[in-house]
Order: sequence, then structure tokens, then C-alpha cells
Amino acid sequence: MSKINLTINGEKIEAEPGQTILEVAKENGIKIPTLCHDPRLKSYGACRVCLVEVEGARNFLPACATKVGDGMAVRTNTIPLYKIRRTIVELLLSDHELSCLTCESAGQCQLQDLAYELGIEENRFKGEKHIYTIEDYNPLIERDPNKCILCGRCVRICEEIQQNKVYTFANRGFDSVVTTPYDKSLIETKCELCGQCISTCPTGALTEKMSRYKGRVWETEKVKTVCPYCGCGCELELQIKNGEIICVSADVESGVNKGNTCVKGRFGYDFVNHPDRLTSPLVRKDGKLVEVSWDEAIKTVADKFSKIKKKHGADAIAGLSSAKCTNEENYLMQKFMRAVIGTNNIDHCARL
Amino acid sequence: MVKVKVKEKQNKVFICTGTGCVLSGSEKVKSAFKEEFKKRKISEIDIVQTGCHGFCQQGPIVVIQPEGVFYPTVSAENVSRIVEEHLIGGEVVEDLLYEDSRTGKKISLYKDINFYQKQNRIVLRNCGQINPEEIDDYIESGGYKALEKVLNKMSPEEVVEEVKASGLRGRGGAGFPTGLKWSFAQKAPGAVKYVICNADEGDPGAFMDRSVLEGDPHSVLEGMMIAAYAIGASEGYIYVRAEYPLAVKRLKIAVEHAKKKGFLGKNILGSSFDFEIKMKEGAGAFVCGEETALMASIEGKRGMPRIRPPFPAQSGLWGKPTNINNVETLANIAWIITNGADKFAAIGTEKSKGTKIFAVTGKVKNGGLVEVPMGTTLRKVIFDICGGIKDDKKFKAVQIGGPSGGCLPTEFLDTPIDYESLTQTGAIVGSGGMVVMDESSCVVDLAKYFLTFTQKESCGKCVPCRVGTKRMLEMLERMTKGESDEKELVLLEELARDVKVASLCGLGQTAPNPILTMLEYFQEEFEEHVKEGRCRAGVCSELIAYVIKENVCRGCGVCKKHCPMGAITGEKKQPHEIDVTKCVKCGICMQHCPFDAIYIAK
Repeated sequence: MSKINLTINGEKIEAEPGQTILEVAKENGIKIPTLCHDPRLKSYGACRVCLVEVEGARNFLPACATKVGDGMAVRTNTIPLYKIRRTIVELLLSDHELSCLTCESAGQCQLQDLAYELGIEENRFKGEKHIYTIEDYNPLIERDPNKCILCGRCVRICEEIQQNKVYTFANRGFDSVVTTPYDKSLIETKCELCGQCISTCPTGALTEKMSRYKGRVWETEKVKTVCPYCGCGCELELQIKNGEIICVSADVESGVNKGNTCVKGRFGYDFVNHPDRLTSPLVRKDGKLVEVSWDEAIKTVADKFSKIKKKHGADAIAGLSSAKCTNEENYLMQKFMRAVIGTNNIDHCARL
Repeated sequence: MVKVKVKEKQNKVFICTGTGCVLSGSEKVKSAFKEEFKKRKISEIDIVQTGCHGFCQQGPIVVIQPEGVFYPTVSAENVSRIVEEHLIGGEVVEDLLYEDSRTGKKISLYKDINFYQKQNRIVLRNCGQINPEEIDDYIESGGYKALEKVLNKMSPEEVVEEVKASGLRGRGGAGFPTGLKWSFAQKAPGAVKYVICNADEGDPGAFMDRSVLEGDPHSVLEGMMIAAYAIGASEGYIYVRAEYPLAVKRLKIAVEHAKKKGFLGKNILGSSFDFEIKMKEGAGAFVCGEETALMASIEGKRGMPRIRPPFPAQSGLWGKPTNINNVETLANIAWIITNGADKFAAIGTEKSKGTKIFAVTGKVKNGGLVEVPMGTTLRKVIFDICGGIKDDKKFKAVQIGGPSGGCLPTEFLDTPIDYESLTQTGAIVGSGGMVVMDESSCVVDLAKYFLTFTQKESCGKCVPCRVGTKRMLEMLERMTKGESDEKELVLLEELARDVKVASLCGLGQTAPNPILTMLEYFQEEFEEHVKEGRCRAGVCSELIAYVIKENVCRGCGVCKKHCPMGAITGEKKQPHEIDVTKCVKCGICMQHCPFDAIYIAK
């Protein structure tokens, strides 16, 4: 299909058909603020901070949900838009628990960033504020509705990606709230504690308990790695402070998983620095497991394999490999079994 | 060739069993007639329960047909006289007749009453004239002829063209051209399409859809059938509020009867057109009147609007092309097909064709449903048809278009009611609610009333509507309590403008309309509230005080006896006094004072 030509803030831009204004702007380094948008989810258009001016349109349009059209002239940075964004953020802050000093999300909170960008020092809007109970009944996820901006991202990620529908909206108007069916705690629902809701929450309404008070986002070093759990090979981003993982997240723009993880990938990292973790090979000597060097351990295994093969033949040996290994490692394992040991007795847990 | 059968005419007693008349006791009147007939062994005269006549202020309404003699505010006690003197004696019961408040004359015939004379009833053509629970009555009055005509003589394209040519625009509020809407759904590719009737009427004070559903349900069904034939749908939904139990009941009866008569089902009237109608009762959310929220609700989801495009005509109910029309819009269709688009287009103004029903409430003499040609002036509706302001007080303003509409002062009384003219003033035709105010109404208080409604009914999805309407409401609350200032008045307007342009759906985009028009036309009154802490209408209780005139008070103690707060003190036969710290401004003392010694200090 032919390209689409449009202008954003007067700049001529070429785009693919079907792209949204937001996507095109991002590709071209033009920032449009968002709160309810997550590239993993369907466009929702609820927060209204991404409103832009499109020449000839009757109203301001949400950049996240408006497809580009040929000849479109878009403006993202006019004074009326600035005023509306300011009003929206002030409205959100007028019913928000401003505990940024100790909030786990400080530094990675989209609401905080937007308030900063718009230079909101004082709020023009005052009035009733909600006081909700914080949900704290499970070991992993803390839910604080006082910091929720009702962007619906948790509701939608649970429905659209996890297909689990743990969250829902309840009540109407100002008293609308994100909750679970019948207001149950997460462990009483079908929640699998995957933490996807945390991954998409733009504020501190959903946070990880294991990371609590362990470090600020700006203090951590981010290391990309591959999840050690299964063969999917999800990319993870470890947040490390003082040599210790304090949080695991994923980048929505890279890896096979595009920001998505399961409960194990996100929360199953306590083994890394666990005192019971094996850090060197063990060989049983006189009935006791003794720490040895890798050379010695490999030599021991090689000797035993040779003895077994000599006495009982190569088919007395079988290899079973793990989905936790990479493709390359699995390839090496079968090659080793066939070429070195000389058997076809190989299998893999993913086949079970 | 398929034909609709017509029954013979006969004499009947028509008793209105629309909601208004039921509330004022028409069921008792109906029983009284039955008993009277039994007592006098009368069996040849039918008692017919009709839908709403629209003249709700005069209920319960009884009409003796075929002459069309109109008896207003009939009580069970009056029934024996009507039977004896009119039905048996053949003499109209003069003193029970309607009296024209302006001329003082008694009027016997329905059609001669000023309220009806000045109207042009197309949508309400059958309301009050037929028994809505009898399909034969509808057929007898020309019903299902239009369906017969389209199935026999018109292609779907011709039907769409006819509706386009009529100039009919959506009566639910937005005023989108109906024919154009149909053509989108007709052209949308897809084997499965839906027709939806939006019967989720929710504007406070508006009850025209309810009256049509209760009084003439078949006209809506016929409109749906024609729409379905035109766009190529074989399934339809009626989304009706569960709070309209009588409408629900009558729709169900109507659907059953239509099925039995072969107007619904397979091969309708021997044609290849199949159509069935399902009902979905709404759970009481105003926002479900918004078409995308309505469809979400039918699908079993939370009623929340979504962004358009895609429009329902492309991807609607269950993702299929869907055409949604409001009750009043659909009730026009059969008339247009039968009488021709030209005849319809001859009524109204250049861009707004046909008639519109208004639900006139508030401080008017004759409130009720008024159907007038588009382009009729506000003055004609309020002062001519509805008889002017109650107790001959001074007109102050009219809120037109419900909570999404605007508030217009005296200088706009000669504004013709059509989509364009009203939009220019900041108001809208909307669903057709009209709340008339006199000097004793406070605009700030009214703004608060409407915003309380929209705020509660916001679905909570987008920020400007969810939080913005709440903050506006709080500002208004402070203004009515004297706790606000001029800065806040400026902020209120700014916020109202932001909410209007930034909200996702029509609810939020129009919620600030009452405030914006009131600020424009009644700025002074807002300023009085915030600068002087004064409410000129004497409505905002925190800004007024009840005071006893010392020289008028006789010390009878009636006020003291009735005061629920014990705020009044005084010796017998001595002037009494109200303790302002205890007074809750309920006004009971003033109502009971036999000497008019109590007044409101503003």
C-alpha cells in the first residue's frame, strides 16, 4: 500500500496506512503525552491527555486512537492543548494521594512526569477526595486505589492479554473505581499474580511488594537478560542495586515478549541471591557431597560415562534436556549424545 | 399482494392509562366505569385503555368516542354522571368539561382544545386514540400499511432514498440525518446486520419516548421493520429502560401480536423479508443512551462509550453493521412512507423537517407533551399551547434539551425551535425536554440540579467528565452556600469549556451546556451569589433567612408548633422570633402562618 503523507507541527512526515497519530509522532521523535495508552493494548482514549488538533476536525482528537490520513495536518503543541492537558492532570491530582515522597513509583510514574512537564505547582481544583483501603492480602501485588487514575490499563491487560478478567470497573461518575468482581481480594479471584497489571500501571496504584523500599528506579542499573524459566525466551530487564536484583520488569519495545511476563519471570528471582543456591559443582565422596572444581566435576562425569558405555553399551545412557536451556544448548546436548556417547536416547521435557 | 385487515368502527370510552394518568388515578376510573356498566347492564360500549394524551396536567383523561368529547381530571365519583348523562342520556356533562383558562369557556371536543389545536401530531398520531394493547386498533388506524407498501412496492434503496428525501433527523438529540445513517448501514458489507431501537430515554423531565412506547408501540415496531428491510437486517433489538415497566409490558404484547399476525418472523407478509425483535431492558444507566455504550450493554458488558470511529454502521453490535435510531425517529417512519417524503418535508424549516415532541414541565399552566412543527417559536409553545406561566408570574428562562441543553432567557423566546437556531444560542434541541422557570427559580440552583444528574450518570471512563463534572458541581455547591468567590466563577467557566471540548462522549461534551448558557445569560445572578451571598429567587437556603414580621405576627403559635427544629420562640399573643442558628430553612413555618407574617429575607 502506498505511504501516507501528513504534517505534524508543520513538519512533513511519511507514515504507513493504519498507523495512529501517536505511533507516527513517536517514530518521528515528537512527544505526545499519554496516560491510558499501552502499545500492547487496544486504543482506549479515556485519559484525554493525548488530544491533538487536526485541521478540519470538529473536535480535538485522541492521538492514540486516530488513524493518520493522507494530507492530515496535526498539531500537538498548541496553547489550547497545553491548557486542556493541564486541566486534566490537575483534575487527576485533585483526587490523588500525593505521597510521592515514599511512593514506589516515584521516578517512573507517568502522572508525576506529566505534572512536572506541565509545571503544575498548585492545583486550581479542590474538593472531595476518595479514601480507599489498600489491598494487601497477597505476597506479591499491592493495590492502592487512592493512587488509581482509572486509565483501565490493568483491567484491559488482564482481559486482552491474560484473558483472565480479574479486574473490573464498578460504580459510576466520580465514585467509579477499579476493583475485582464482588470486591474480593486478588487471591480470592482467579488472579495468577502474574503482575502484568503492575507492568502497565502508570502510577503507584499497583506496585511490587518484594521491591518495597529496596531502591529508587534512578538508583538501579538495568540489565537485559533472557528469562531462565522456559523455552519462550522472554526478555527481562533486571533492576539491580548494589549487586542485588530488586525488581524484574520487561521492555515493551523489545524481546519476543514485548513487555509481557508470567508470574515466574517477574517474581521468581529470589533464588539468585539465595543462600541455598548451588554456586559450584558437588561430587559425592565417601557418601558426602563435596565442592569441587568444574574440571574435576566434568572429569568425574566423563569417567563414569566411559565406564558405563564400556560395560553396558552406549544405549545404557540417555540424555534428557530442559526447556530452560537455549536452543543452542539443546542442540549441543543432542549432538553430544549422538556423536560422543553414540546413542539416540535423547528427550526433552517440552515433549512430555 | 399482501393485505392488512381492518376492523369495523364502534363506540368506545377511552381512558388514558399512560403513566401520568395512572399516577393521578385512571385505574380507579377504569374500574368505576366497569362497575357502572355492570350495574346498568351495559355491554355494547367498549372501555378502551389508551396511551398518553400528552396533556398530563389534566389527568386522568377520559374521551368519549367517536365524538371525541374530552373529560379532564376525571375521578371515580364523576363516572356515574358521565355514564348516566352522556352515554345513556346523550348529553355532554358540561361542568366536567375542560375550561380554557384564558377565555373561561367550557370546551367539549378534544380537537377544539387550544393545547391540541395548535399541535401537529405525527408521532403522537395514535397516542390516546387507540388501545396500545390491541394490534387491530393500530391496523384500523392505518398501521402496517407502510410495511405493506415497502415490501410490495419499494426496493431497500428506494426506502432509504425516501427517508433521505423526507429530511428526517435523529430525534434522540444529535439530529443526524436518518436517511444518511441508514445508507451507511445499508452499504456496509456483511451478511448479518442489526437494527436497534434506542428506548433508553433518560433526560430528567423528558417522557415523549415513554409515551410513544406506552401509547403506540406498533408505530415503533413498524419503523424498525422498515429500517431493517432498508439496511438488510433480520434481527432487531429494543433497548428499553427497565424503569418503564408499562412500556416494557406493552412492547412485549406488541411484539407477540405482531408475530401472531405475521409482521414478525419468516417471510413477512409473504415476502422474502425475515425479521425478529428482541428486547433488552436497561439497568438504569443514563449513559447507555449513548449508542456505543448501549451496544456494550446489550453485549453484556459495562455500559461505557467507546471511541468512534468505527461507527456502529461499520462495526456495531457484536462487531456487525448496526443502525441505531431513537423511538421518536422510528415512530416517524411509517408516516413518511405512507404519506410521502414530500409531505413530511413540507413541515418544518429548511434544515429541520417534520415535527418534534417537547416535554414541557416546570412553571407552565399546561405542562405535558407538545408536538409541533420544527421552527415553531419557544413563545408559541410556552405561552400559547401551554398557556403561559403558572399563577401569571413572570417568565424567567427555559432550559431546553435537558441536562445537555442550555438555559435561554426572555430575549430568545422568539427563537424558532430547530437544530441550527438552537445550537446558535448555546442550547440544543436534544431529546426535547423543556423546563420552564419563573422568577422564583434560581439558575445557580438549577445548574446544580442538572450537574448533580450528569455527574452521577457519568460512566467514569474519561477524566474531564468523571472528575471535571464533580469539581464543577462542588463549585456550584459552594456558590449556593455563599462559600465561593469571583475567582472561582472564572475557574468554573474555564473548567466548563475544557470539559466540553475534552470529554470522550456526548454526555461529557454537553454536560457543561447548562452552566455555560447560564453564565452567559445570567452572569449577574452568579455574581450576586458569589459577591454578595445573595439569591434573588430566594431558593438557595444557605443564602436566605426566614424572618417574622413583628407588626404582623399575632403570636398564634402555629409556626412554633410546626417547626421541626424548635427554632421558633415567643409568648402567646406576642410576636414570635426565629433562631437562625437552629433554622434549617425548610419553609414549613411560612406555609402554615395564617397571617402571612413570615417572609424570606434574601
